[in-house]
Parts: sequence; C-alpha cells; structure tokens
Amino acid sequence: MSIIKYYFNHFKETWRQNIIYIGFIVVFLFFAITLHDSGFLSLNNILNIGRQTAIIAIMAVAMTLVLSSGEIDLSVGSVAGLASVTTALAIKYYGIFFGISAGLCTGLIVGILNGLISTRLMVPTFLTTLAMMGIAKGVSMWISGTRSISIIEEPYTNFFGSGDFLGIPSLLFWMIIIGIIGHVIYRRTKFGRQILAVGGNVVSANYSGINTNKVKFFVLIISSLMAALAGMLYAGRLHTGRFQLGEGDELSVIAAAVLGGTSLFGGKGTVIGSIIGALMIGVINNGLILMGLEYPQQLIARGSIIILAVAISESGKNKS
Amino acid sequence: MRDVNSLSSAVKMQNISKSFGGIKALDNVDISFQYHEIHALLGENGAGKSTILKILRGIHSFSNGKVLIDNNPISNLTPQNAKEYGIGMIFQEMSLVQSLTVAQNIYLGNEPKTKLGFIDDILMIKKSETIFKSMGININPKEKLNNLTTGQQQLTEIAKALSQNAKILILDEPTSALTTSEVKILFNLLIKLKSEGKCIIYVSHRMEEIFQISDKITVLRDGKLINTKKINEYNLQTLISDIMGKETKNLSDFRKKTNKKSKIILKVRNVSSLNKGGNYNFDLYKGEVLGIAGLLGSGRSRIARLLYGLETKGSGNIIFKNNNIDIKNTIDSNKYKIALVPEDRRLQGLILNHSIKSNIELPNLNNYTKYSFVSDNDSIEDTKKVIADLNIKTLDKNNLVSSLSGGNQQKVVIGKWKISDPEILILDEATAGIDIGSKGEVLDLVNSLAQEGKSIIFISSELTELLAISDRIAIVGNGQIKKIISKNDLIENKNNNVSIEQQLQFLIQTSNMNEALI
Repeated sequence: MSIIKYYFNHFKETWRQNIIYIGFIVVFLFFAITLHDSGFLSLNNILNIGRQTAIIAIMAVAMTLVLSSGEIDLSVGSVAGLASVTTALAIKYYGIFFGISAGLCTGLIVGILNGLISTRLMVPTFLTTLAMMGIAKGVSMWISGTRSISIIEEPYTNFFGSGDFLGIPSLLFWMIIIGIIGHVIYRRTKFGRQILAVGGNVVSANYSGINTNKVKFFVLIISSLMAALAGMLYAGRLHTGRFQLGEGDELSVIAAAVLGGTSLFGGKGTVIGSIIGALMIGVINNGLILMGLEYPQQLIARGSIIILAVAISESGKNKS
Repeated sequence: MRDVNSLSSAVKMQNISKSFGGIKALDNVDISFQYHEIHALLGENGAGKSTILKILRGIHSFSNGKVLIDNNPISNLTPQNAKEYGIGMIFQEMSLVQSLTVAQNIYLGNEPKTKLGFIDDILMIKKSETIFKSMGININPKEKLNNLTTGQQQLTEIAKALSQNAKILILDEPTSALTTSEVKILFNLLIKLKSEGKCIIYVSHRMEEIFQISDKITVLRDGKLINTKKINEYNLQTLISDIMGKETKNLSDFRKKTNKKSKIILKVRNVSSLNKGGNYNFDLYKGEVLGIAGLLGSGRSRIARLLYGLETKGSGNIIFKNNNIDIKNTIDSNKYKIALVPEDRRLQGLILNHSIKSNIELPNLNNYTKYSFVSDNDSIEDTKKVIADLNIKTLDKNNLVSSLSGGNQQKVVIGKWKISDPEILILDEATAGIDIGSKGEVLDLVNSLAQEGKSIIFISSELTELLAISDRIAIVGNGQIKKIISKNDLIENKNNNVSIEQQLQFLIQTSNMNEALI
C-alpha cells in the first residue's frame, strides 16, 4: 500500500516537471492539424520558429539558474538591447574583434554591477535588476542617439545569427550549445548543486558552509552575459544594433522558464524544460499568426494559453 | 478549602484528559486558577503545560473532563471565543506586527471606527494611552513597534490583551528575552494587575522568578498533576524534586567514560559576541562530549553561533589546535572542520523540498567534485551509507526530506555532517521535538562519534540526556560559563536524597540567580 502511495507521490512530483513536454506536443499537434494548409509543418516555417525562439531560449537557460537560486533578473531584455548597440558601434569603428569583445564586456559589467549591488548593498535582485533595466536602456539610447547602427560585416552577421550551417540556421546551433552547457552546469557541477541549495533554503545552505553571496553573484553574471550574447545575436540577425532590440523579452524569458517547470521561488527547475518552454511560446506565436490573428488578439491568446499551461501543471502539485 | 476558593475561581479544569495518537499528554488533570492570584505552572518539556495552555486558548479540544470559566461550564472553546471569555495570551514569540504602530497593534482587527466607517486613529491612540496609564507604563502609542525594546513589545502585548478586557492572562516564558530592569517593570505590572483582580497564569523555567512573583504553584509531570501548593510551602529543593520526580531515569545508561585527559583541541578565552556580549571561557578535549546546560536566554546557543561563525566575535581568542583562529562565517568554520547541527532543523538544517541525497551531499560537495564536476556515484554511495548506518526510515534516497518524520530528518542533518568528518561537532537542542526512539538513536550516534575521536559540544535543556551523554557539563548563565563539572564527580558525590538531575537543576537555577532580583 505504501509502495503505491510512494509511486503516486513520485508521479505527482514528476508531473510538474514533465507536463511541459506533453503540453508542447499537444500544442504542436493542434497547430499541425488545424494549420496544415497554411504551411505550419513546412521546413521553412519550422526553421523560422527555431530562429524566432532561439534567442529567448538562450536567455531562458540563464534565467533557469537565476530563478533556481531564488533570485530574478528583469534586466535581460534591455541588456540585450545595450549589447547590440555597443557591439554595432565597436564594429563600426574598430572592427569585428572589438565588437565581440564590447558586447561580452557589456554583459560582464552589467552582471558585476547587478551582483555587487545585490550581494554587497543587499538590494533585492527584483529591485536591482528593475533599476538596471532602465539604466541599461538609458545608456543604449544615449550612446546610439536612439538611432540604429547598421552592421555590414558579413562574417559577424553570419556567425551571430544570420547565416546557416549545414543547412541549419546558426541560431539553432547557438541555442543547442548554450542549452547543453547550461544543462551540464545545472545538473553536473558543484556550482549547479549550490545554486539549487541556495534557492531551496538560503539559511540551510549558509549553515552548510556555502558562500551564498558568491553563488548569487556568479548567477547574475551568467545571466547578464547570456543577455549580452542574445543582444549580439539580435544584432547579427537584423544586421543592426538598436536600443529597442530585446525590449520586453524579460517577460517571455521568465514565462518560458516557469512553463518549463522552474520554480519562481527557487530550488527547482530544468534547463531543457526552459528551452522547450521557449519553443512552446514560439510555436504558439507562430500558430496564432498563421491563423490570421491580429497582434492585439495574439497578445490575448498568448497570455491566456500561458496562464492555462501553468495552471494545469500546478494542478498536479502535491497540495500538502 | 475548595468552597472558599470557588468564590473567586476564574478557570476550573476538572478531570481533563488529552491524548495525541495514543500518548497521553494530560491524564485526569484537576486544576483551578483564581482571580487575585498569580498561579505558576511548572514542569519539564513535555509535562503537559503547553497542552493546558492550548486547551484554554481553544486550540486543542479535550477528550474528557470539564472546563469552567467563572463557574460556567464551557463546552466549545475556540480561539475566537476564548477572547470573549476574557482569556488573553501573551505569546512567547511575539505575535505583533513590527511595521505597525503600538496603537495599531493593540487594536489590530478590532479598530474603533468613526461614524463614516473609517478607522478612528485619534480615538485609538487615546484609548491606548489610557491603557498604558492604567498599567503605569510610559510607551508612546504612535511609536512604530520595531523601535521598541523586547520588553516594551511584551508590555504592548499585555496592553493588547487588556484592551480586549482580558480577565485571565496567560504568560508563557515572558522573561526569557528581557533585561533585568525590564523584568522588574513586568513584575511590578503583574503585581498591580493581580491587585486589580486579574487571574494570572505564569509559565516559566526560571524558579527564582516563580518564588519572587507567584502565589501558588502547580507542578505537572508526564501529563499528570503532581501538586498544587502555596508558594511558602515550597523551597527550591522540594520544587525541583516535584518537577523532576524522585527516581533518576536509567542511571545505568549513563556513559561512564574513563575520561582520561586527552589533548585539548579548542580553547575559548574571554570570547564575547559583538552584538550580544557575554564572556565565555572553556576548553574542549579531543573525543569528549561537553554538555552545555542553561536556561532559555542564558546565552547557551550563543556559544554555538560564535564558534560556527554565525555571530561576530567582539573580543577574546578562539584557539584551535594551538592556532589563534578567526571564524568570520560558515565558510571559515567548515574550513576548520567545525560542524553545527542547528536548533531549527527545518529552517536551518535542511532543504525540505530537496531529496535526502541532495541534503547529505551539500556540505560535502568538495569530496565529490573533480574538475568542478560532481560524481553522483560517490554521493549516492555516501547517502546509502548514511541511510543504512543511521537507520533512516525511507523507501528511497531520492525521497524529499519533508516526507520524513522529525527524528529521521534530524538523522539526515547529523548524517551529512558525519560524512564531512568534522573535528568538532556542535549540536544545539538536537533531540527537541523528536520521538523517544529516535532520541535514543541520536544519542547513540553522538556517543559513537565521540568514540571515533570527534569533540562534541552538546547543548540541551533536557537534563537527563545531558547527563546521559556528557563527560563534562558546562553551566551557562548570563552569557558566561559559570561552572564546569565532570559527570563522574556528580555521580560520585551523589547525595542520596536527591537525584543527579535534581542536583544539576539546582546548579543551573542557582547559577542563573540574578543578584539584582533577589
């Protein structure tokens, strides 16, 4: 009897983390059937979904770590915008190498600032990164004069987001590589275990001799670095750096992670789930467009589907 | 006798019994609290005091017997109507909202309204002032609660009860966090309230206070009422013997170690806490169990917090293996192989919604990590070992810790530190709230760790287990170690009229006596 109860509880536990895969398949099949004639299943459309989703997915991988540590990063969208601008500017004046360095340094600097403010000045990350969202946007508008800065260097744009490799968009390779690295860090390294412990119970983690501030600090740096990479990919894909790039992405990124089974309160999550969550949002967006919905209708439908998905996954949770 | 008293009887509990899953928490208890009286309720942890208080507050029902308030039988006591019957509880851990003002706290959920239905702040402040005036206490009702001292907060809590016209006031360990002068103010107030006719039920482990303030004492032991006597019919010795019982519990189990002096591993010299003061001096030998005894608020947990880097040292030296060390945080303490089984296993010791394996590997991640990758095989092996060695009752190593019983949870905490192979293991109230069986297992485990050569600091408020496990016992009072006695001395110099526990209790009580109060 207790064995049955045990497996039942086990099922309930895993339900929350696995529902995303079932949900993804259901949504995909739904559109595949209803939108068969609109070309939903065409290779072109599938690759398009991949392209549109990859950048969100990359940020969602990092967000999984942030949320799992019990923190949040709201600055990712505007950091992506800022990095697209700094990269484009540096390429324009100093060439590709400095462009890439500038983009990555942008992420590093913002991450260090977020980390120091949160762990040294004890400002909650919600506020730190909310403020940083404004600051990063302000800086990118200022240094770009709110103009777009075009990038003509093909090697850069091909490598970062525009080109194909073996017939597959390079963006998808980026997503897969970041996904694998993220998954391995999260599941297999000491740092990953520490992230989960800090998010699970910060007091117990400290009492177990873990430097909780150090963990939070590095998690925030990783998040900003991935946001910067996302900005560089936006810049490569659109051949331009512009402060609006990535605007509002923080919500899609957090939604993707939560849909994927990562707890908003820390201590639990999966990297692969977050990627699937991002893909699911991409599929929904794409499907709604193909269905001919107007943008306002898309917003309403997307919001409703996300609420529904999270509500279903929460329903299997152990209430005790 | 009873007839005379019943004229002013506030609460009568007749033949009250209460069981929790077959264990009798209260067994046919007969007790009567009068107006114009401070009535102390005494007993060891688990004697049934808090069950009585919870019945009076309407939290627990009772299976048998009757409760009468003002001589009227009350059948359905609930937390809501307990207030209407005039019962006011002053909580041990404050139930006030720190961010609200004193007046807002006093009238929380009970706010006076203006004619328009808005909260009448002016009236609320005026009424609060009146209450404080009647209490003879000067607290500004407009002050935010977090600007008050602990003592003032306690007084606010009493004011809150009085604002709801409480006639019967219950105070549970009200002085454990108060300074001497705050205790004086509280006691003057209690005497004043008594003279105004309130019935005051007073629970405390500090017997000096009991003798100072109460009129009558009721002693409970193992859910049974032992005695109700006037204060002048008791002295410290007879009171202790009523509380603890005549016979020593399993003296045969007491660990009689040879106690041959091994080398000193840790010297603590004039160590104080930066924020909380104190002045600690003691040595810890390799392979010994040093018990730490003391009353709540005596500063016994501070020793653990200082040695584990949870509290900043103000002055003094900690000398570990002949080196002066500075423990600034838990990373330092882990570096020196000092481990702590903390007071609150659920909030400090464990990550409840993680698996047994995750919890056990947490302080030991370095052992399993190569090139920053964690080897799950090693960690699983250790987890299995802990589950088997410590007899943790679970079906699977991946089960969540929250699904375990309290005793098994505590074994996980001890197990994770056992794997880390510490030199010094500090346990703070390690057996609190776990069942008897697990308690024995935990003590056995501590014993075997000491035999392996680990030095143990064992903080506990349970004297029986302290005596059972310790080689020496340090008695803490007012932030200092007042005395360190070896158990062998205690056993050899045993006075035949009193048990060893009683002797120890006597030492603890007398070393906590505060000259200013006597």
